[in-house]
Amino acid sequence: MNTKVPSKWVLWLSALAILALPSAAAAQESHIGKLTGHASSGKELYRRFCIGCHGPRGDGQGENAPYVTPQPRNFVAATFKCRSTVTGTLPTDEDLFNAVTRGFNTTNMPSWEPLTPQQRADLVAYIKTFSERWKNEKPGTPIEVPAETAVTVESINHGKELFQKLECWKCHGPEGRGDGPSASTLTDSNDQPIRPYNFSVGTRFKCGTTNQDLYKIFITGVDGTPMPSFADVIKPNEAWDLVHYLRTLQVTRKGPESEFMKAKGGSTKAADKSGK
Amino acid sequence: MKVNQILMSGIAVLAAATMAVAAPGGGTVSGKVTYEGTPAKQKPIDMSKEPSCAKAHATPITTEAVVTGEGNTLENVVVYISAGAPDGATAPAQAVTITQRGCQYVPHLVALQVNQELKVVNEDQTSHNIHPLAKANREWNKSQPPGSPAFTEKFDKEEFIPVKCNIHPWMHSTFAVMKTSHYSVTAGNGGFTLPNLPPGKYTITAWHESYGTQTQDVTITGSETKTISFVFKAKPY
Repeated sequence: MNTKVPSKWVLWLSALAILALPSAAAAQESHIGKLTGHASSGKELYRRFCIGCHGPRGDGQGENAPYVTPQPRNFVAATFKCRSTVTGTLPTDEDLFNAVTRGFNTTNMPSWEPLTPQQRADLVAYIKTFSERWKNEKPGTPIEVPAETAVTVESINHGKELFQKLECWKCHGPEGRGDGPSASTLTDSNDQPIRPYNFSVGTRFKCGTTNQDLYKIFITGVDGTPMPSFADVIKPNEAWDLVHYLRTLQVTRKGPESEFMKAKGGSTKAADKSGK
Repeated sequence: MKVNQILMSGIAVLAAATMAVAAPGGGTVSGKVTYEGTPAKQKPIDMSKEPSCAKAHATPITTEAVVTGEGNTLENVVVYISAGAPDGATAPAQAVTITQRGCQYVPHLVALQVNQELKVVNEDQTSHNIHPLAKANREWNKSQPPGSPAFTEKFDKEEFIPVKCNIHPWMHSTFAVMKTSHYSVTAGNGGFTLPNLPPGKYTITAWHESYGTQTQDVTITGSETKTISFVFKAKPY
Protein backbone atom coordinates (compact mmCIF):
# COMPACT_ATOMS: atom_id res chain seq x y z
CA MET A 1 0.00 0.00 0.00
CA ASN A 2 1.40 3.34 -1.08
CA THR A 3 -1.24 5.36 0.66
CA LYS A 4 -0.23 7.07 3.87
CA VAL A 5 -3.78 7.75 4.98
CA PRO A 6 -4.70 5.40 7.84
CA SER A 7 -7.70 3.21 7.10
CA LYS A 8 -9.47 4.66 10.15
CA TRP A 9 -9.39 8.07 8.45
CA VAL A 10 -10.78 6.64 5.24
CA LEU A 11 -13.72 5.29 7.20
CA TRP A 12 -14.26 8.66 8.83
CA LEU A 13 -14.05 10.48 5.51
CA SER A 14 -16.56 8.18 3.82
CA ALA A 15 -18.90 8.55 6.78
CA LEU A 16 -18.62 12.33 6.39
CA ALA A 17 -19.31 12.05 2.68
CA ILE A 18 -22.47 10.06 3.34
CA LEU A 19 -23.58 12.64 5.90
CA ALA A 20 -22.83 15.44 3.48
CA LEU A 21 -25.13 14.04 0.77
CA PRO A 22 -28.48 14.77 2.43
CA SER A 23 -27.29 18.18 3.54
CA ALA A 24 -26.33 19.00 -0.05
CA ALA A 25 -29.86 18.05 -1.10
CA ALA A 26 -31.27 20.17 1.71
CA ALA A 27 -29.30 23.10 0.36
CA GLN A 28 -31.52 22.92 -2.73
CA GLU A 29 -34.16 25.56 -2.26
CA SER A 30 -36.84 27.27 -4.27
CA HIS A 31 -37.93 30.87 -3.85
CA ILE A 32 -41.42 31.89 -4.87
CA GLY A 33 -42.36 35.33 -3.59
CA LYS A 34 -41.94 35.14 0.18
CA LEU A 35 -42.04 31.34 0.19
CA THR A 36 -38.89 29.25 0.51
CA GLY A 37 -39.27 25.64 -0.57
CA HIS A 38 -37.00 22.89 0.77
CA ALA A 39 -36.06 19.83 -1.24
CA SER A 40 -35.92 17.67 1.90
CA SER A 41 -39.64 18.27 2.57
CA GLY A 42 -40.41 18.11 -1.15
CA LYS A 43 -38.94 14.62 -1.37
CA GLU A 44 -41.62 13.12 0.90
CA LEU A 45 -44.37 14.86 -1.04
CA TYR A 46 -42.85 13.74 -4.34
CA ARG A 47 -42.74 10.13 -3.18
CA ARG A 48 -46.39 10.36 -2.24
CA PHE A 49 -47.87 12.30 -5.16
CA CYS A 50 -45.51 12.38 -8.15
CA ILE A 51 -43.42 9.21 -8.16
CA GLY A 52 -46.10 7.11 -9.90
CA CYS A 53 -45.63 8.92 -13.19
CA HIS A 54 -42.36 10.85 -12.91
CA GLY A 55 -40.50 7.94 -11.32
CA PRO A 56 -38.10 7.61 -8.38
CA ARG A 57 -35.24 9.06 -10.43
CA GLY A 58 -37.35 11.86 -11.88
CA ASP A 59 -36.72 10.61 -15.39
CA GLY A 60 -40.41 10.34 -16.28
CA GLN A 61 -40.23 6.54 -16.15
CA GLY A 62 -42.61 5.91 -13.26
CA GLU A 63 -44.81 2.86 -12.89
CA ASN A 64 -47.70 4.52 -14.75
CA ALA A 65 -45.57 6.12 -17.45
CA PRO A 66 -46.15 3.47 -20.15
CA TYR A 67 -49.86 4.22 -20.01
CA VAL A 68 -49.57 7.99 -20.07
CA THR A 69 -49.68 10.18 -23.19
CA PRO A 70 -48.02 12.61 -23.49
CA GLN A 71 -45.16 11.12 -21.51
CA PRO A 72 -44.53 12.44 -18.00
CA ARG A 73 -41.93 15.20 -17.86
CA ASN A 74 -38.34 13.99 -17.55
CA PHE A 75 -36.77 16.20 -14.85
CA VAL A 76 -33.31 14.82 -15.58
CA ALA A 77 -33.40 16.29 -19.10
CA ALA A 78 -34.69 19.54 -17.56
CA THR A 79 -36.45 20.76 -20.70
CA PHE A 80 -39.59 22.59 -19.63
CA LYS A 81 -42.59 23.67 -21.67
CA CYS A 82 -43.98 26.57 -19.71
CA ARG A 83 -41.39 29.24 -19.08
CA SER A 84 -41.24 32.99 -18.79
CA THR A 85 -37.59 32.67 -19.89
CA VAL A 86 -36.08 32.50 -23.39
CA THR A 87 -35.98 29.23 -25.30
CA GLY A 88 -33.31 26.76 -24.17
CA THR A 89 -32.93 28.24 -20.69
CA LEU A 90 -34.12 26.92 -17.33
CA PRO A 91 -37.46 28.23 -16.07
CA THR A 92 -37.76 30.33 -12.93
CA ASP A 93 -38.94 28.78 -9.66
CA GLU A 94 -42.16 30.68 -10.13
CA ASP A 95 -42.69 29.12 -13.60
CA LEU A 96 -42.39 25.64 -12.08
CA PHE A 97 -44.62 26.61 -9.15
CA ASN A 98 -47.28 27.88 -11.56
CA ALA A 99 -47.04 24.71 -13.66
CA VAL A 100 -47.54 22.47 -10.61
CA THR A 101 -50.41 24.65 -9.43
CA ARG A 102 -52.13 24.84 -12.81
CA GLY A 103 -51.56 21.30 -14.04
CA PHE A 104 -51.34 20.60 -17.77
CA ASN A 105 -54.63 20.76 -19.56
CA THR A 106 -55.32 17.90 -22.02
CA THR A 107 -52.65 15.76 -20.29
CA ASN A 108 -52.64 13.45 -17.25
CA MET A 109 -50.96 16.08 -15.09
CA PRO A 110 -53.62 17.44 -12.73
CA SER A 111 -53.70 20.73 -10.89
CA TRP A 112 -52.00 20.48 -7.49
CA GLU A 113 -53.79 23.45 -6.05
CA PRO A 114 -55.15 21.24 -3.21
CA LEU A 115 -51.62 21.19 -1.78
CA THR A 116 -50.60 24.22 0.25
CA PRO A 117 -48.39 26.82 -1.44
CA GLN A 118 -45.57 25.77 0.92
CA GLN A 119 -45.91 22.15 -0.18
CA ARG A 120 -45.83 23.14 -3.85
CA ALA A 121 -42.75 25.27 -3.22
CA ASP A 122 -41.08 22.28 -1.52
CA LEU A 123 -41.90 20.12 -4.55
CA VAL A 124 -40.34 22.67 -6.89
CA ALA A 125 -37.16 22.61 -4.78
CA TYR A 126 -37.06 18.81 -4.96
CA ILE A 127 -37.74 18.63 -8.71
CA LYS A 128 -34.63 20.76 -9.22
CA THR A 129 -32.40 18.14 -7.57
CA PHE A 130 -32.84 15.68 -10.46
CA SER A 131 -30.73 17.54 -13.01
CA GLU A 132 -27.17 18.82 -12.73
CA ARG A 133 -28.26 21.76 -14.87
CA TRP A 134 -29.69 23.48 -11.79
CA LYS A 135 -26.22 23.44 -10.23
CA ASN A 136 -24.36 24.59 -13.34
CA GLU A 137 -26.79 27.08 -14.84
CA LYS A 138 -28.96 29.91 -13.65
CA PRO A 139 -32.58 30.22 -14.81
CA GLY A 140 -32.98 32.42 -17.87
CA THR A 141 -33.98 36.07 -17.53
CA PRO A 142 -37.77 36.38 -17.72
CA ILE A 143 -38.94 38.13 -20.86
CA GLU A 144 -40.52 41.55 -20.47
CA VAL A 145 -44.22 41.63 -21.16
CA PRO A 146 -45.28 45.25 -21.81
CA ALA A 147 -48.72 46.53 -20.77
CA GLU A 148 -51.44 45.13 -23.00
CA THR A 149 -52.54 47.38 -25.84
CA ALA A 150 -56.19 48.15 -26.61
CA VAL A 151 -58.33 45.65 -28.53
CA THR A 152 -59.13 47.39 -31.84
CA VAL A 153 -60.01 46.35 -35.38
CA GLU A 154 -56.53 47.42 -36.46
CA SER A 155 -54.93 45.33 -33.75
CA ILE A 156 -56.93 42.22 -34.65
CA ASN A 157 -56.34 42.64 -38.38
CA HIS A 158 -52.64 43.20 -37.89
CA GLY A 159 -52.58 40.09 -35.71
CA LYS A 160 -54.18 38.20 -38.57
CA GLU A 161 -51.48 39.45 -40.95
CA LEU A 162 -48.82 38.20 -38.53
CA PHE A 163 -50.56 34.83 -38.29
CA GLN A 164 -50.20 34.62 -42.09
CA LYS A 165 -46.71 36.08 -42.35
CA LEU A 166 -45.18 34.01 -39.54
CA GLU A 167 -46.94 30.96 -40.99
CA CYS A 168 -48.58 29.94 -37.72
CA TRP A 169 -51.19 28.32 -39.98
CA LYS A 170 -48.71 25.76 -41.29
CA CYS A 171 -49.39 23.82 -38.10
CA HIS A 172 -52.35 25.53 -36.41
CA GLY A 173 -54.43 25.69 -39.61
CA PRO A 174 -55.79 28.67 -41.56
CA GLU A 175 -58.61 29.11 -39.01
CA GLY A 176 -56.65 27.91 -36.02
CA ARG A 177 -58.29 24.49 -35.96
CA GLY A 178 -54.99 22.66 -35.53
CA ASP A 179 -55.27 21.25 -39.06
CA GLY A 180 -52.45 22.94 -40.98
CA PRO A 181 -50.48 21.10 -43.69
CA SER A 182 -47.67 20.17 -41.27
CA ALA A 183 -49.97 19.25 -38.36
CA SER A 184 -50.10 15.52 -39.01
CA THR A 185 -46.31 15.14 -39.17
CA LEU A 186 -45.44 16.76 -35.84
CA THR A 187 -43.51 14.90 -33.15
CA ASP A 188 -42.16 16.06 -29.80
CA SER A 189 -38.53 15.71 -28.78
CA ASN A 190 -39.16 12.12 -27.64
CA ASP A 191 -40.40 11.29 -31.16
CA GLN A 192 -43.96 10.97 -29.90
CA PRO A 193 -46.76 12.37 -32.09
CA ILE A 194 -48.05 15.70 -30.88
CA ARG A 195 -50.93 17.91 -32.03
CA PRO A 196 -50.84 21.65 -32.48
CA TYR A 197 -53.31 23.58 -30.32
CA ASN A 198 -56.79 23.80 -31.79
CA PHE A 199 -58.02 27.32 -31.06
CA SER A 200 -61.61 26.63 -32.14
CA VAL A 201 -62.12 24.23 -29.22
CA GLY A 202 -61.21 27.06 -26.89
CA THR A 203 -59.79 24.91 -24.08
CA ARG A 204 -57.24 26.29 -21.66
CA PHE A 205 -53.69 26.46 -23.00
CA LYS A 206 -51.17 24.10 -21.40
CA CYS A 207 -49.27 27.10 -20.11
CA GLY A 208 -52.02 29.24 -18.63
CA THR A 209 -55.25 31.08 -19.30
CA THR A 210 -54.52 34.80 -19.44
CA ASN A 211 -53.49 37.00 -22.36
CA GLN A 212 -50.11 37.41 -20.64
CA ASP A 213 -49.72 33.61 -20.68
CA LEU A 214 -50.60 33.47 -24.38
CA TYR A 215 -48.06 36.23 -25.06
CA LYS A 216 -45.35 34.24 -23.23
CA ILE A 217 -46.21 30.98 -24.99
CA PHE A 218 -45.33 32.13 -28.50
CA ILE A 219 -42.53 34.51 -27.49
CA THR A 220 -40.61 31.93 -25.41
CA GLY A 221 -41.76 28.84 -27.33
CA VAL A 222 -42.80 25.53 -25.81
CA ASP A 223 -39.47 23.71 -25.38
CA GLY A 224 -39.47 19.99 -26.12
CA THR A 225 -42.27 20.43 -28.70
CA PRO A 226 -42.35 21.70 -32.31
CA MET A 227 -43.58 25.13 -31.13
CA PRO A 228 -40.62 27.51 -31.63
CA SER A 229 -39.78 30.78 -29.97
CA PHE A 230 -40.77 33.95 -31.86
CA ALA A 231 -38.81 36.25 -29.55
CA ASP A 232 -36.46 37.46 -32.30
CA VAL A 233 -39.10 37.99 -34.96
CA ILE A 234 -42.08 39.71 -33.27
CA LYS A 235 -41.92 43.22 -31.80
CA PRO A 236 -43.50 43.60 -28.34
CA ASN A 237 -46.58 45.57 -29.45
CA GLU A 238 -47.08 43.40 -32.50
CA ALA A 239 -47.17 40.44 -30.14
CA TRP A 240 -50.27 41.92 -28.47
CA ASP A 241 -51.91 42.20 -31.90
CA LEU A 242 -51.28 38.50 -32.42
CA VAL A 243 -52.71 37.73 -28.97
CA HIS A 244 -55.89 39.65 -29.85
CA TYR A 245 -56.28 37.84 -33.16
CA LEU A 246 -55.63 34.40 -31.62
CA ARG A 247 -58.39 35.07 -29.09
CA THR A 248 -60.88 35.64 -31.91
CA LEU A 249 -60.03 32.14 -33.20
CA GLN A 250 -61.31 30.71 -29.91
CA VAL A 251 -64.85 31.00 -31.23
CA THR A 252 -66.47 29.22 -28.29
CA ARG A 253 -64.73 31.31 -25.65
CA LYS A 254 -66.29 34.42 -24.16
CA GLY A 255 -63.79 37.20 -23.81
CA PRO A 256 -63.28 40.88 -24.53
CA GLU A 257 -61.93 40.10 -28.01
CA SER A 258 -64.91 37.97 -29.05
CA GLU A 259 -67.30 40.49 -27.47
CA PHE A 260 -65.57 43.16 -29.48
CA MET A 261 -65.90 41.09 -32.64
CA LYS A 262 -69.58 40.52 -31.95
CA ALA A 263 -70.12 44.24 -31.60
CA LYS A 264 -68.30 44.77 -34.88
CA GLY A 265 -70.42 42.26 -36.76
CA GLY A 266 -69.30 38.85 -35.63
CA SER A 267 -66.41 37.78 -37.80
CA THR A 268 -62.93 38.82 -38.79
CA LYS A 269 -64.26 39.23 -42.31
CA ALA A 270 -66.71 41.81 -41.07
CA ALA A 271 -63.86 43.44 -39.19
CA ASP A 272 -61.91 43.49 -42.45
CA LYS A 273 -64.76 45.30 -44.17
CA SER A 274 -65.22 47.83 -41.40
CA GLY A 275 -61.47 48.33 -41.38
CA LYS A 276 -61.47 49.30 -45.06
CA MET B 1 3.27 7.06 -71.70
CA LYS B 2 0.81 9.90 -71.51
CA VAL B 3 -1.15 8.08 -68.86
CA ASN B 4 2.01 7.70 -66.86
CA GLN B 5 2.76 11.39 -67.13
CA ILE B 6 -0.70 12.32 -65.98
CA LEU B 7 -0.39 9.90 -63.10
CA MET B 8 3.00 11.28 -62.16
CA SER B 9 1.82 14.86 -62.22
CA GLY B 10 -1.24 13.81 -60.22
CA ILE B 11 0.98 12.29 -57.56
CA ALA B 12 3.15 15.39 -57.56
CA VAL B 13 0.10 17.61 -56.98
CA LEU B 14 -1.10 15.31 -54.22
CA ALA B 15 2.31 15.29 -52.59
CA ALA B 16 2.49 19.07 -52.80
CA ALA B 17 -0.94 19.34 -51.23
CA THR B 18 -0.07 17.07 -48.32
CA MET B 19 3.26 18.82 -47.81
CA ALA B 20 1.50 22.15 -47.75
CA VAL B 21 -0.79 21.02 -44.92
CA ALA B 22 1.91 19.14 -43.05
CA ALA B 23 4.34 22.04 -43.25
CA PRO B 24 3.31 23.94 -40.07
CA GLY B 25 4.77 21.12 -38.00
CA GLY B 26 3.72 17.71 -36.82
CA GLY B 27 2.24 14.77 -38.61
CA THR B 28 -0.89 14.26 -40.62
CA VAL B 29 -3.52 11.59 -40.67
CA SER B 30 -5.41 11.41 -43.91
CA GLY B 31 -7.43 8.87 -45.81
CA LYS B 32 -10.73 7.94 -47.26
CA VAL B 33 -14.12 6.76 -46.03
CA THR B 34 -15.94 4.19 -48.12
CA TYR B 35 -18.77 1.70 -47.70
CA GLU B 36 -19.31 -1.89 -48.67
CA GLY B 37 -22.68 -3.41 -49.39
CA THR B 38 -25.74 -1.63 -50.72
CA PRO B 39 -26.72 1.65 -49.12
CA ALA B 40 -30.40 2.40 -48.61
CA LYS B 41 -31.92 4.08 -51.63
CA GLN B 42 -32.64 7.69 -50.76
CA LYS B 43 -36.29 8.66 -51.09
CA PRO B 44 -37.46 11.54 -53.28
CA ILE B 45 -38.87 14.41 -51.21
CA ASP B 46 -42.39 15.60 -51.94
CA MET B 47 -42.36 19.36 -51.44
CA SER B 48 -45.80 19.97 -52.93
CA LYS B 49 -46.97 21.31 -49.55
CA GLU B 50 -44.31 24.02 -49.88
CA PRO B 51 -44.62 25.33 -53.47
CA SER B 52 -41.99 28.06 -53.01
CA CYS B 53 -39.41 25.36 -52.24
CA ALA B 54 -40.68 22.85 -54.79
CA LYS B 55 -40.05 25.51 -57.45
CA ALA B 56 -36.42 25.83 -56.34
CA HIS B 57 -35.59 22.32 -57.49
CA ALA B 58 -35.75 21.51 -61.19
CA THR B 59 -35.67 17.80 -60.38
CA PRO B 60 -37.06 16.54 -57.08
CA ILE B 61 -34.31 16.13 -54.50
CA THR B 62 -33.87 13.10 -52.27
CA THR B 63 -33.19 12.56 -48.60
CA GLU B 64 -29.55 12.86 -47.53
CA ALA B 65 -29.25 10.23 -44.80
CA VAL B 66 -26.61 8.46 -46.95
CA VAL B 67 -24.74 10.43 -49.63
CA THR B 68 -22.20 8.51 -51.69
CA GLY B 69 -19.70 9.28 -54.43
CA GLU B 70 -17.92 7.42 -57.20
CA GLY B 71 -15.93 4.43 -56.02
CA ASN B 72 -18.15 3.73 -53.00
CA THR B 73 -17.00 6.84 -51.16
CA LEU B 74 -19.09 8.16 -48.30
CA GLU B 75 -19.89 11.84 -47.86
CA ASN B 76 -20.82 13.71 -44.65
CA VAL B 77 -18.66 11.60 -42.34
CA VAL B 78 -17.11 13.48 -39.44
CA VAL B 79 -13.57 12.21 -38.83
CA TYR B 80 -12.06 13.56 -35.62
CA ILE B 81 -9.56 12.88 -32.87
CA SER B 82 -11.57 11.51 -29.98
CA ALA B 83 -8.63 10.75 -27.67
CA GLY B 84 -5.03 11.87 -27.45
CA ALA B 85 -5.45 15.48 -28.50
CA PRO B 86 -5.09 18.08 -25.76
CA ASP B 87 -8.51 19.28 -24.58
CA GLY B 88 -9.62 22.86 -24.26
CA ALA B 89 -8.81 24.01 -27.76
CA THR B 90 -10.05 27.59 -28.05
CA ALA B 91 -12.89 28.09 -30.48
CA PRO B 92 -12.05 29.87 -33.73
CA ALA B 93 -13.40 33.39 -33.95
CA GLN B 94 -15.00 32.76 -37.31
CA ALA B 95 -18.59 31.53 -37.31
CA VAL B 96 -19.78 28.44 -39.16
CA THR B 97 -22.84 29.01 -41.31
CA ILE B 98 -25.81 26.79 -42.03
CA THR B 99 -28.27 28.01 -44.65
CA GLN B 100 -31.85 26.96 -45.23
CA ARG B 101 -32.18 27.02 -49.02
CA GLY B 102 -34.92 25.36 -51.03
CA CYS B 103 -36.18 23.72 -47.82
CA GLN B 104 -32.86 21.93 -47.38
CA TYR B 105 -29.99 22.46 -44.97
CA VAL B 106 -26.86 23.61 -46.83
CA PRO B 107 -24.51 22.04 -45.95
CA HIS B 108 -26.36 18.94 -44.82
CA LEU B 109 -24.09 18.60 -41.80
CA VAL B 110 -22.19 21.25 -39.86
CA ALA B 111 -19.14 20.52 -37.72
CA LEU B 112 -18.02 23.17 -35.27
CA GLN B 113 -16.11 23.52 -32.06
CA VAL B 114 -17.49 23.90 -28.56
CA ASN B 115 -18.35 27.60 -28.07
CA GLN B 116 -17.77 28.44 -31.73
CA GLU B 117 -20.48 30.61 -33.25
CA LEU B 118 -23.02 29.02 -35.53
CA LYS B 119 -24.77 31.40 -37.91
CA VAL B 120 -28.23 30.35 -39.07
CA VAL B 121 -29.49 31.85 -42.36
CA ASN B 122 -32.91 31.51 -44.02
CA GLU B 123 -32.84 32.25 -47.76
CA ASP B 124 -36.28 30.77 -48.40
CA GLN B 125 -39.63 32.47 -48.98
CA THR B 126 -41.09 30.39 -46.18
CA SER B 127 -40.77 30.17 -42.40
CA HIS B 128 -38.49 27.61 -40.86
CA ASN B 129 -38.01 26.63 -37.27
CA ILE B 130 -34.56 25.47 -36.24
CA HIS B 131 -34.86 22.83 -33.57
CA PRO B 132 -31.65 21.13 -32.38
CA LEU B 133 -32.77 18.09 -30.38
CA ALA B 134 -29.90 18.42 -27.95
CA LYS B 135 -29.45 16.20 -24.91
CA ALA B 136 -26.12 17.33 -23.43
CA ASN B 137 -26.56 20.91 -24.65
CA ARG B 138 -29.59 23.13 -24.12
CA GLU B 139 -32.52 22.28 -26.35
CA TRP B 140 -33.89 25.39 -28.02
CA ASN B 141 -36.28 25.99 -30.90
CA LYS B 142 -36.45 29.23 -32.87
CA SER B 143 -38.69 30.48 -35.62
CA GLN B 144 -37.09 32.20 -38.63
CA PRO B 145 -39.65 33.68 -41.04
CA PRO B 146 -38.63 34.74 -44.57
CA GLY B 147 -36.53 37.88 -44.66
CA SER B 148 -35.63 37.79 -40.97
CA PRO B 149 -31.97 38.36 -40.14
CA ALA B 150 -29.51 35.55 -39.46
CA PHE B 151 -28.97 34.68 -35.80
CA THR B 152 -26.05 33.06 -34.01
CA GLU B 153 -25.93 30.43 -31.30
CA LYS B 154 -23.22 28.49 -29.45
CA PHE B 155 -23.06 25.05 -27.89
CA ASP B 156 -20.96 24.49 -24.80
CA LYS B 157 -20.71 20.69 -24.77
CA GLU B 158 -19.51 18.16 -27.32
CA GLU B 159 -22.42 16.34 -28.92
CA PHE B 160 -23.80 15.14 -32.25
CA ILE B 161 -27.08 17.04 -32.24
CA PRO B 162 -29.86 15.95 -34.62
CA VAL B 163 -31.56 19.04 -36.04
CA LYS B 164 -34.99 19.32 -37.58
CA CYS B 165 -37.48 21.79 -38.91
CA ASN B 166 -40.86 20.78 -37.55
CA ILE B 167 -42.71 22.70 -40.27
CA HIS B 168 -40.94 20.74 -43.03
CA PRO B 169 -40.56 17.20 -41.70
CA TRP B 170 -38.11 16.16 -44.45
CA MET B 171 -35.49 18.66 -43.27
CA HIS B 172 -32.77 17.01 -41.17
CA SER B 173 -29.30 18.12 -40.26
CA THR B 174 -26.65 17.43 -37.66
CA PHE B 175 -24.64 19.89 -35.62
CA ALA B 176 -21.44 18.02 -34.79
CA VAL B 177 -20.06 19.93 -31.80
CA MET B 178 -16.39 19.01 -31.33
CA LYS B 179 -14.21 19.27 -28.24
CA THR B 180 -11.12 19.07 -30.43
CA SER B 181 -9.91 21.38 -33.18
CA HIS B 182 -8.76 18.33 -35.19
CA TYR B 183 -11.73 17.28 -37.30
CA SER B 184 -12.63 16.92 -40.95
CA VAL B 185 -15.91 16.32 -42.78
CA THR B 186 -15.69 14.12 -45.87
CA ALA B 187 -16.79 15.60 -49.20
CA GLY B 188 -17.98 13.65 -52.23
CA ASN B 189 -14.61 11.91 -52.65
CA GLY B 190 -14.76 10.54 -49.08
CA GLY B 191 -11.41 12.12 -48.26
CA PHE B 192 -10.31 13.59 -44.94
CA THR B 193 -7.14 15.22 -43.61
CA LEU B 194 -6.18 15.90 -40.01
CA PRO B 195 -2.99 18.01 -40.19
CA ASN B 196 -0.66 19.55 -37.57
CA LEU B 197 -0.61 16.65 -35.12
CA PRO B 198 2.22 16.72 -32.60
CA PRO B 199 3.87 13.34 -31.96
CA GLY B 200 1.67 11.09 -29.84
CA LYS B 201 -0.89 8.34 -29.82
CA TYR B 202 -4.34 9.25 -31.13
CA THR B 203 -7.73 7.64 -31.43
CA ILE B 204 -9.42 8.65 -34.67
CA THR B 205 -13.20 8.32 -34.80
CA ALA B 206 -15.37 8.39 -37.91
CA TRP B 207 -19.05 9.20 -37.37
CA HIS B 208 -21.88 8.82 -39.88
CA GLU B 209 -25.51 9.69 -39.19
CA SER B 210 -26.86 6.37 -40.47
CA TYR B 211 -23.94 4.00 -39.90
CA GLY B 212 -22.68 5.03 -36.47
CA THR B 213 -19.04 5.24 -35.42
CA GLN B 214 -15.74 3.46 -36.07
CA THR B 215 -12.42 4.10 -34.37
CA GLN B 216 -8.76 3.48 -35.16
CA ASP B 217 -5.59 4.15 -33.21
CA VAL B 218 -2.72 5.97 -34.89
CA THR B 219 0.71 6.86 -33.56
CA ILE B 220 2.50 9.90 -34.92
CA THR B 221 6.25 10.10 -34.33
CA GLY B 222 7.39 13.00 -36.48
CA SER B 223 6.13 14.90 -39.47
CA GLU B 224 4.98 11.87 -41.44
CA THR B 225 1.61 11.37 -43.07
CA LYS B 226 -0.27 8.29 -41.93
CA THR B 227 -2.94 7.03 -44.27
CA ILE B 228 -5.89 5.18 -42.79
CA SER B 229 -9.23 4.22 -44.22
CA PHE B 230 -12.65 3.58 -42.76
CA VAL B 231 -15.11 1.17 -44.33
CA PHE B 232 -18.72 1.26 -43.19
CA LYS B 233 -21.11 -1.62 -43.77
CA ALA B 234 -24.11 -0.33 -45.69
CA LYS B 235 -27.48 -1.95 -45.24
CA PRO B 236 -30.05 -1.67 -48.01
CA TYR B 237 -32.88 -0.91 -45.55
